[in-house]
Amino acid sequence: MLDTIRTIETPEGVSIRLRLAGPVPRALAWLTDFLIFAFAWLVTGIFLGSSGDFGFGIWLIIAFLLTWFYPVLFEVYAQGATPGKKMLGLVVLQDDGVPVGWSASMVRNLLRTVDFLPLFYAFGLCSMFLNRDFKRLGDIVAKTIVVHRDKPRLAQKLPQANALPLPVWLSSSEQQLIVAFADRVPRLTPDRAQELAQILDPASGHGTRATLRGDVDSLLGYARHIVGER
Amino acid sequence: MTPNEFIRCHEQEWGQLEALVAARFKYRTDNLKKDGSLSPEQAMDPAAFPSLYRRVCLHLALARERHYPPALIDRLDRLALSGHQVFYGTRSLLRIGQFIVHDFPALIREHGRLFWFSSALLYLPGLIMGLLVYFRPEMVYSLLDYFSVLHLEEMYRTGGAIEIETGSGRVADENFKMFGYYIKNNISIGFQCFASGILFGLGTLFFLIFNGLVFGAVSAHLIHQGSTENFFQFVIAHGAFELTAIVLCGMAGLLLGRALLSPGRKRRKEALIDAARPAVQIVYGATAMLLIAAFIEAFWSSGAYLPVTGKFIVGGLLWALVAAYFFFMGARRES
Repeated sequence: MLDTIRTIETPEGVSIRLRLAGPVPRALAWLTDFLIFAFAWLVTGIFLGSSGDFGFGIWLIIAFLLTWFYPVLFEVYAQGATPGKKMLGLVVLQDDGVPVGWSASMVRNLLRTVDFLPLFYAFGLCSMFLNRDFKRLGDIVAKTIVVHRDKPRLAQKLPQANALPLPVWLSSSEQQLIVAFADRVPRLTPDRAQELAQILDPASGHGTRATLRGDVDSLLGYARHIVGER
Repeated sequence: MTPNEFIRCHEQEWGQLEALVAARFKYRTDNLKKDGSLSPEQAMDPAAFPSLYRRVCLHLALARERHYPPALIDRLDRLALSGHQVFYGTRSLLRIGQFIVHDFPALIREHGRLFWFSSALLYLPGLIMGLLVYFRPEMVYSLLDYFSVLHLEEMYRTGGAIEIETGSGRVADENFKMFGYYIKNNISIGFQCFASGILFGLGTLFFLIFNGLVFGAVSAHLIHQGSTENFFQFVIAHGAFELTAIVLCGMAGLLLGRALLSPGRKRRKEALIDAARPAVQIVYGATAMLLIAAFIEAFWSSGAYLPVTGKFIVGGLLWALVAAYFFFMGARRES
């Protein structure tokens, strides 16, 4: 299993898999957030800066809120993702897979100042490389992880084909292999799919079961039969 | 059972759970619109959630065990995760009233020694620096540059920027500007003072001592200049909240630092995680106090609503209030 997959076990006794996010997507998410932040800061500055001392006071308060609470509010009230994280499909979760609450989010974002030290998240990056779960210091203390929200979506339906009964008996793992292949076909080039399918073709000389037909369409048919189509 | 039969048997339940999760997170799923067999009331019955969620967990385990197609396992995995998040994710309720009346002062008393240690780190260097500057006035330039000192003198001299006099005092707009400035500046310092505690307490140490030194130097210099009254009637009221809050932020930072330096019988990481819980609570309280301080500093300290004696009395009362709050509030429920 890949080492960026973290398994959490629920009290119901099933394990759920989370895909941890590494430094690069997180840095990009931060950059996006920073641009949004800078933009908001400038725009409010232009509008409020020209409206005297009162406006300037409001602007200072907005700057304060943006600096410290922008990530916290989004993480708590927008399903664990600032706009930048959302764009990159990242989400902040507690270690046990549930959404972050106020305290955890506050801790991880206050400690951002230390992670930023001495320059451009150097401490945070070191911490991420030393940690199994890519945690920066704030994540360690707050018990949070950053994961990819969307796993690569597998097609929920196998590709179209007419169900084809298996001509011979196949073991369970062999059946899985055929279904897994059918699952992958849409993501393969036709040539490559055919090449893989041909391994089964008796004419190619590799096939161990001479009665299975080694072309993509037949394999899709077998797969459909295995998952229960008649 | 073939995968397709499995899906046919349970698809409706999955759709229901998806709908419930979507209702909780307030996003729409395609299933809700597509699946005509599901009446909205049926889908939205929250009482059905726990049993549905457990069923889906069971289905996920079965699907894995039976090596059903990856796409199916993936779908169930996704569904179980969102169900898990809804089921076990508590909405953190900030019990503000309870926190103010009981939890916060009780927490500070619980870590009383650390509070005094943090206070000493702020006030002792302040006192020493104050004495140094008072007896050797040129010492002030070891900490502040010439222009800052000039600016200070200008601010607090009789008839200066902080001159407190009806009519010529700061106008409302300017007060508000300063309010924003104090919020941004002081609370940021408080947060940094806390956060840098994770560097084995060194960052917090720096913030406390440095702020103490500056405060001591400034006070002593202004006393030496003869602006004693102007200066102290300005700082006494908000100082009660501001200085105490900085001490509290320092205390929160020291909690983190102490967890790393002497974790006791825990592993350092665990000690740190455990220390973070009270620490962030202290930071909440300190933030509220800094807000109050900013408000007083902007709208009261520079105003001339009372004669000088009155301002000193109000300031003194505020100090007494803060002290009484931390000594006596919430004591009843502790026993």
